Amino acid sequence: MSDTRSHPDGPRPDDDDGRQVWLTPPESMQHSLFIAAGVLATVIASYVGLVAIPNWQVNRLEPVMLDNGETYPAERSELAQKGKDVYIDLGCVYCHSQQVRQNDFGGDLSRGWGMRSSVPLDYTREETPVLGTMRTGPDLRNIGGRQPSRQWHYLHLYNPRITSPGSTMPPFRFLFDTVPIEGRTNVPVGRVDMPEEHSVPGHYVVATDRARALVEYLLSLDHDQTLPENANRGTDPEQVDR
Amino acid sequence: MGDSETDLERDAQSRKAIDASARLPVVFMMASGVFWLLFGTVLAFIASFKLHSPWFLADQAWLTFGRVRPAHLNTMIYGWASMTGIGVLLWLQARLSRVRVPLRKSLIAVGVVWNFAVLAGTVAILAGGSTSVEWLEFPPWVAAILGALFVVVMAASVLTFVRRNVEHVYVSQWYLFGAVFWFPFLYIAGNLVIHGTGASGVAEATANWWYAHNVLGIWFTPIGLAAAYYFIPKVIGRPIHSYYLSLLGFWTLALFYNWAGTHHLIGGPIPLWVQTVGIVASMMMFIPVITVAINHHMTMVGHFDKLEYSPTLRFIVFGAMSYTLVSVQGSLTALRVVNETTHFTHYTIAHAHLGMYAFVTMVLFGSMYYILPRLTGREWSSGPLIRAHFWTTGLGMVLYWVGLTIGGWIQGQMLKNPDIAFIEIVQTTLPYLWSRSFAAALMSVGHFIFAYLVGRMLYEWATDRGKDRLPPMLGGDQ
Ligand code: HEC
Repeated sequence: MSDTRSHPDGPRPDDDDGRQVWLTPPESMQHSLFIAAGVLATVIASYVGLVAIPNWQVNRLEPVMLDNGETYPAERSELAQKGKDVYIDLGCVYCHSQQVRQNDFGGDLSRGWGMRSSVPLDYTREETPVLGTMRTGPDLRNIGGRQPSRQWHYLHLYNPRITSPGSTMPPFRFLFDTVPIEGRTNVPVGRVDMPEEHSVPGHYVVATDRARALVEYLLSLDHDQTLPENANRGTDPEQVDR
Repeated sequence: MGDSETDLERDAQSRKAIDASARLPVVFMMASGVFWLLFGTVLAFIASFKLHSPWFLADQAWLTFGRVRPAHLNTMIYGWASMTGIGVLLWLQARLSRVRVPLRKSLIAVGVVWNFAVLAGTVAILAGGSTSVEWLEFPPWVAAILGALFVVVMAASVLTFVRRNVEHVYVSQWYLFGAVFWFPFLYIAGNLVIHGTGASGVAEATANWWYAHNVLGIWFTPIGLAAAYYFIPKVIGRPIHSYYLSLLGFWTLALFYNWAGTHHLIGGPIPLWVQTVGIVASMMMFIPVITVAINHHMTMVGHFDKLEYSPTLRFIVFGAMSYTLVSVQGSLTALRVVNETTHFTHYTIAHAHLGMYAFVTMVLFGSMYYILPRLTGREWSSGPLIRAHFWTTGLGMVLYWVGLTIGGWIQGQMLKNPDIAFIEIVQTTLPYLWSRSFAAALMSVGHFIFAYLVGRMLYEWATDRGKDRLPPMLGGDQ
């Protein structure tokens, strides 16, 4: 080392801030008002551009009438809405997206995750859209259409490796109860059809209310409908010129 | 200003007074930060392990992956990085403005309440109260508390700057001044729009990524750059290469970083122009990034040998170089051709850690190595332990990034090919996820070493010991 110092982090106690070391900066940058105004202007501009205007644009979208006479997007049932809360509090979004990407952009459509890509209209009724940014697991935007079996979902949530060997999805056994079979005359609501080798001897495995709601929500995820022309009012990323 | 003996003496006295005023609030913020660093580290390790071993701690709802992961992110962001960052910010602004830290009692109260807010938010996430809005998972009532606290910090820092007692304003001060205006606005507006009735549908997603990207962009980045601009010249004892480059760097960052966030939604169901704006802004980010890189590099040239001796310089230079790397990577990732592969994969996770860890966290470590001895009047107790801290975290980070970047890229390529069954992709990523857990273990060791060093220093300070220890030398002939 060229200059031997008493301290590895520089001279001490002589930490001469604001002396010798610093050159004089441009005049304009000496004024707090000038900097404050500039700084605030930049962030407010981006707020308007990335929050306010897109919000205005998608808020103009309205549910549409489909050819079959149904309104789209349909309102979720109360149970499915509860299920969405479960989806949110268990953080499924950290492994699953809910958006089918544009045609020819990624393998979404060819993987069968949807018949068309997702558009803003699909989410108009959602207070919290869970678009997601991660695909440790498959996209779930249309899982209700792809996998309509309640029992399959129960089994999969109870232990993903029963339905999907090699899965790294965590088991959600805490969403299920085990009820002794002995002394029961009726089969409990939400009973899961456990395969022999996974059954709990002497017990029914029963989906809790939360599991039932969650699965109801998953089944409601079906957004493949063909939309009428102009339904998107210029917000469809694939139809730029309309 | 003359350099007469009396002037120097007077300056030394004024610095002492400033450090004395900063002592309690800054040490409290930093000590709390280190606590949250350890807390977040444990959560990080659990989350990482679960990704390859899903049976691990799977029987309790509060430890499920989808809760531990956001709990990790939020303790690191709002606990470790924000609290420590505020400590650095308060101290730097006071030192550079040459005035004492104002509102000291309020700032300590802020620190105390802050800890409770982060704790409450974390417990809420683990108990099922998460909002699942990325980077804003704390329940709204916790966000309301944090928002109010940010305003107090802003007031203290603005007051420091306005009362400044120097003829000119240094680059770092612009960044710090920027940060305390940007972030409270961002945090409050972001929360109001998302948790209020302001936005629904996909507009909430654009608001989400406007917010989340800007937490790094106009909160941690300006603090990190302010620290780098201060400590690099300080430790090597020469002025910054060019003021005009810094000016250009500052204003282009202010102009463009804000707009880049929507590149997190490329290919998704949002109007195309919103995606394009995000991509263009990401490209424009090359200007501030290259400007800062040149400026720092030209300042360092000829002084790289000092890296061997100064803990501060080691960590800060590692951080500053990572800033360049993460920004260049971020800009390239925003290109549609790259994004098509990397979006939705572990590649993005690697990228996020390059920003929040290799850049921000390393710069915060470096700053603490400089600031804490000046506040406590104690030297660090062990050179070898500081070296161990540097190498475990540095190598751990490199391994983390390399493993997940490659693994994520492969994952992305496989996802594009519909002939490959999904489960095959899941299996292919496993070795890379294991490499991440290994890296996480290395980094955790580093964090515990660092916590020991800080803890020991604070203990000696509190018990009035260890005053005449000499500073540890890291390299060379000791
Ligand atoms: C740690 C990541 C992870 C988490 C958290 C997670 N999953 Fe999964 N999920 C996966 C993986 C990997 C697969 C693919 C293998 C399989 O089918 O199990 C998958 C598959 C699925 C499937 C089947 C998809 C298909 O196309 O067949 C459904 C449905 C599903 N998950 C629902 C959920 C729900 C609901 C939650 C939250 C309660 C959740 N997942 C949480 C990783 C995860």
